[in-house]
Amino acid sequence: MAFAQRVAQAVKGAALMDFVGAFGLAMKYMVRPKATIYYPFEKGPLSPRFRGEHALRRYPNGEERCIACKLCEAICPAWAITIEAEPRADGSRRTTRYDIDMVKCIYCGLCQEACPVDAIVEGPNYEFTVETREELLYDKAKLLDNGDRWEREIAKNLELDAAYR
Amino acid sequence: MNFWATPVGWSLMTVGGVMAVTVGVLVSLAFLLLADRKIWAGVQMRKGPNVVGPFGLMQSFADFLKFVLKEPIIPAGADKIVFIIAPLITYILAFGSWAVIPFAPGWVVSNINVGILYLLGVSSLGVYGVIMGGWASNSKYPFLGALRSAAQMVSYEVSIGLIILTVILLAGSMNLSTIVEHQAGGFWNWNMLGGGGWKNWPLIVVMFPMMVIFFISALAETNRPPFDLSEAESELVAGFQVEYSSTPYLLFMIGEYANIVLMCAMLSVLFMGGWTSPIPLPFLHLPFWLSEVVSFFWMAVKMGFWFFMFAMVKAIVPRYRYDQLMRLGWKVFLPTSLVCVVAVSAWRVFVVGS
Repeated sequence: MAFAQRVAQAVKGAALMDFVGAFGLAMKYMVRPKATIYYPFEKGPLSPRFRGEHALRRYPNGEERCIACKLCEAICPAWAITIEAEPRADGSRRTTRYDIDMVKCIYCGLCQEACPVDAIVEGPNYEFTVETREELLYDKAKLLDNGDRWEREIAKNLELDAAYR
Repeated sequence: MNFWATPVGWSLMTVGGVMAVTVGVLVSLAFLLLADRKIWAGVQMRKGPNVVGPFGLMQSFADFLKFVLKEPIIPAGADKIVFIIAPLITYILAFGSWAVIPFAPGWVVSNINVGILYLLGVSSLGVYGVIMGGWASNSKYPFLGALRSAAQMVSYEVSIGLIILTVILLAGSMNLSTIVEHQAGGFWNWNMLGGGGWKNWPLIVVMFPMMVIFFISALAETNRPPFDLSEAESELVAGFQVEYSSTPYLLFMIGEYANIVLMCAMLSVLFMGGWTSPIPLPFLHLPFWLSEVVSFFWMAVKMGFWFFMFAMVKAIVPRYRYDQLMRLGWKVFLPTSLVCVVAVSAWRVFVVGS
């Protein structure tokens, strides 16, 4: 650095020019509207593509969508999904076991991408904390229950996102 | 004979004064801590704590309860006695310094003649709490944090001592009350502006930078950001406090904040005329007790101003690297304050005459 430049920098530093500027900026920001939201009472906006808690969906007639193709199990990078399947009495192929280990899951959304019948989806729910680890090992009943509970939001999000797929 | 002049009365009076100062400082600390967090939050466009009590005013008391009710954990390899004594030392020394701070005319626990010397001595001892805490934890990061902190506090003590020397030269006394009285009569008499009316105003060239350097050194001395290298969150987690929990940690924290507010008080007393009003109001003819309260009000306002500056610096200035910190202390502040001491002495001898 040239000598004159160094002197100029030293003078600027000694006069605390940076500090004065930052102080002014800080005062300006202090009177701006706050970005805080009162979380449990007020929530931030969510994208329709948000990948939250998993759910297994049903057809409108109540029949479960999942046909046990195991594509989600195959694509899952975290090996979080376990599926066992057998033909049912009426001859249709359905799962007898559909487990997701929510502790292993990395919420990448690949199972949702892989599913040919939109059965497994990641819903908009992100408040599913529990007190023990075992409660995070979801089984088929829990996932189907999630599907029933969140069907309206999930259907709406899928519809909103359909244009981009 | 007046009861308050007997040994018993005097003892009662002193104990009362100590209690008043300790409790007053503790309670105001609770709200200053909240103010600190609120200012910090405001700069980042957040609201800060606002749930406990109206505007979150009870937040510090909730934190206090939380700290006290938690289990104090002493690490297995720690030196138990030193580990427990360290926070006590920090806490006691932080409050001991308040004995010589005058809040209003006569409102001082101990009006000793060498008040400034006492302050310097006690704040130097403060390093021991940090070093002992870091060493007794028997762990790497606390030890590193304590070493950093000790080096930092010792370095900046030097420049603080020299800056205080300029004030002593101007006031001609080491008694804090005398220093304040020397600045009475309006803001043009403040040490910040030369201390002694218009004829001393050329000294503003020396004394104003002295005040700024004292402020920056005070930041370093109390381990506040941007000089919080002893507890750098990104490298050392919490420095010498890593192994501390519950009440011992609380004592460290209270001690730290008591030191910060003490530095605010010292800045007000040494450079901004302590309890004296910035504009003299002799025409008001206040009753004695009210004039005392007004004096206290001015002291509180000045301390509040400096605390606001402390909080703002924490919010806006990025942390210094360790070599930069040492360079600033030894190669910038020390020579500058040395030259200023010489300049003020020369002014006293050759211009004003003594």
